[in-house]
Amino acid sequence: MLRTAAAVAAGKTVRALARRRGGGSAFPGLVAERIQPRILRRALADIPGGIVVVSGTNGKTTTTKMLVAVLRAHSRTVFSNPTGSNFTRGVLSEMLPQLPVSGRLEADLVVVELDEAHAMRFVDEVAPTHSLLLNVARDQLDRFAEIDHTADLLARLGAASTEGVVANADDPFVSRAADALDVPVRWFGLDASIADRLPEITEHDSRFDDAPTTRDPGAGDARLRPRDERAFDVVFPDVAVGPVTLRQRGLAAMINATAATTTARLLLGDDFDPSVAAAALAAVQPPFGRGEVIDVDGQPLELVLVKNPAGFGVALNTYGSTPVATMVAINDNDADGRDVSWLYDVSFASLRERGVALTSGVRAYDMALRLHYDDVAVDRVVPDLEEALDAFVAAHGGEPKRIFCTYTAMMALRRTLAARHGLAHFGEDAPA
Amino acid sequence: MTETLDPDGPSKGTVTLVHLYPREMSIYGDLGNTRALASRIRRHGYTAEVVDHHPGGELRADAHLLMGGGGQDSGQARVEADLEAVGPTLKTMAADGVPMLVICGMYQLFGNSFHTVGGQVLPGLGILDVTTRGNDKRMIGPVCLETEFGRVVGYENHSGSTVLGTGQEAFGKVLAGHGNNGEDRTEGARTLHVIGTYLHGPLLPANPMVSDALIAVAAERATGRPFEPEDLDDPLADEARGRQVRRLVGSR
Repeated sequence: MLRTAAAVAAGKTVRALARRRGGGSAFPGLVAERIQPRILRRALADIPGGIVVVSGTNGKTTTTKMLVAVLRAHSRTVFSNPTGSNFTRGVLSEMLPQLPVSGRLEADLVVVELDEAHAMRFVDEVAPTHSLLLNVARDQLDRFAEIDHTADLLARLGAASTEGVVANADDPFVSRAADALDVPVRWFGLDASIADRLPEITEHDSRFDDAPTTRDPGAGDARLRPRDERAFDVVFPDVAVGPVTLRQRGLAAMINATAATTTARLLLGDDFDPSVAAAALAAVQPPFGRGEVIDVDGQPLELVLVKNPAGFGVALNTYGSTPVATMVAINDNDADGRDVSWLYDVSFASLRERGVALTSGVRAYDMALRLHYDDVAVDRVVPDLEEALDAFVAAHGGEPKRIFCTYTAMMALRRTLAARHGLAHFGEDAPA
Repeated sequence: MTETLDPDGPSKGTVTLVHLYPREMSIYGDLGNTRALASRIRRHGYTAEVVDHHPGGELRADAHLLMGGGGQDSGQARVEADLEAVGPTLKTMAADGVPMLVICGMYQLFGNSFHTVGGQVLPGLGILDVTTRGNDKRMIGPVCLETEFGRVVGYENHSGSTVLGTGQEAFGKVLAGHGNNGEDRTEGARTLHVIGTYLHGPLLPANPMVSDALIAVAAERATGRPFEPEDLDDPLADEARGRQVRRLVGSR
């Protein structure tokens, strides 16, 4: 007990110091963990409403945010890790300021997003009551090596969940993993009316496998049914949530909303209120870098995070209908994925008509070369990000702009933009 | 599926390029190698006929150039039977001097055998005199090689540790990175015009001189005349490669 109090106190101190330095989000968790290794298990011992792990390759941050918003709109207190530091220690670091010295977190529910590998470390400490399995796509092969391995990690997360699993019916890897589970599974997916848009959001590597199994929606399963480009309903067999218009664009965001709604209903049971859910979803701000819009000299500049072929493909599809001045910034640090080969698994044909104003980042020339192979004209190649941003804004001052960027490129660009245009800090929401 | 790319001017001849197993063995952007070859064949003034070879299909034994990529274990399992069926044809073509580029998983399959961590021995096609052993350690990271084509850059990601047979030539000497096994500074293997390598990147877009070496042989086989190259300018590829070389080995 004393040890826990010491761990909590030490962690809080380090967190306060780290924040003053503007630094790392996982370090305070590490300190607390060193002093009391069981701190996470103890902290989550008294959560009555459920411990939910959200995992998968793409959409974790958005989906977690939506799920938390819907639960809170139903008057639940929810602990989550909103900074996108989807590692076990990041979860702990985030938890520290809310933790009394007893070390027991007081909340109705816990919803955490974890990447597949860290989800395994989390379940070693704490058995989740529920998990939400989004998708499996090729991402950062440096770390996970193979997509089959990633799929296996998600299957193990599902198997570790004690009460229920929510799974993507349209993702062959997730669907195969969830089919083998003993706990009840709720499915989300595309309505039959838009099944033809599935290729937009699935990893092509998986497509040569058998045709996806069509399953009839059972009780508690939900389907996404768009009304137009922006408005949609989440349709359960007995009730529909909608129409909803998200602040974030694109089919992928709609699927994330469908996943979040399916999970919220499973968690809330009879307390689930479709109109409350619809209103909550409509109010969710896009998370950091997922279609975030910054005002630069009276014109919108969109920052779009790209980190793997499926995600880049979805982003190009989402924004393809409104071509604007475009910059692409590719770094190859650990957090970006050090291997840039994946750029050749993305089709850039949708940028052909308008061309690309600049490529930038450490691999600016590799990106320009990649675009060259898709016959996309590139006006300039400027590896230095700050210089590139200035040149981009100067050349396209009077019009909307969009930057596709990898993670560390986005962090650097965001710092520059923050200094000049008063942005919110990383992990915090921009003012509504 | 077959796709034909015509040059801007009159064609000097048609070069047939076969991509082995583009669905099953094409992870890490290997498709970029096929695109790079096809585009470059066209820019040199030849017609590029790009043929996808899928499991169960008839292999084009008259191909002038072959490309095979890396895959996951599940991908390799899907092509195993077909590779056994077309193996003798591939072997004959390789011995006859057909240029081929095989990356990562396909490089291993072109070797003598693969020994898994569990002690199982999987036979390869034996086109390259190399033997690969499964390893607990993965060799990952950017690579720079010295090759007969000049300095080559790419990215490796493999757990197999490959050893060259006596007298087997390497593709290059490792200046930065792990290479075949992390020990003897060799990377890849080359026999006649068959190049096996672990390098992704993909390899060819940033290293067009390797493309040209393969295309030169292919064009000659296709037309019966010596390769008639155009003088091509590759500022983006040169800059992309040059920057990686400087990052990885400095100005040595």
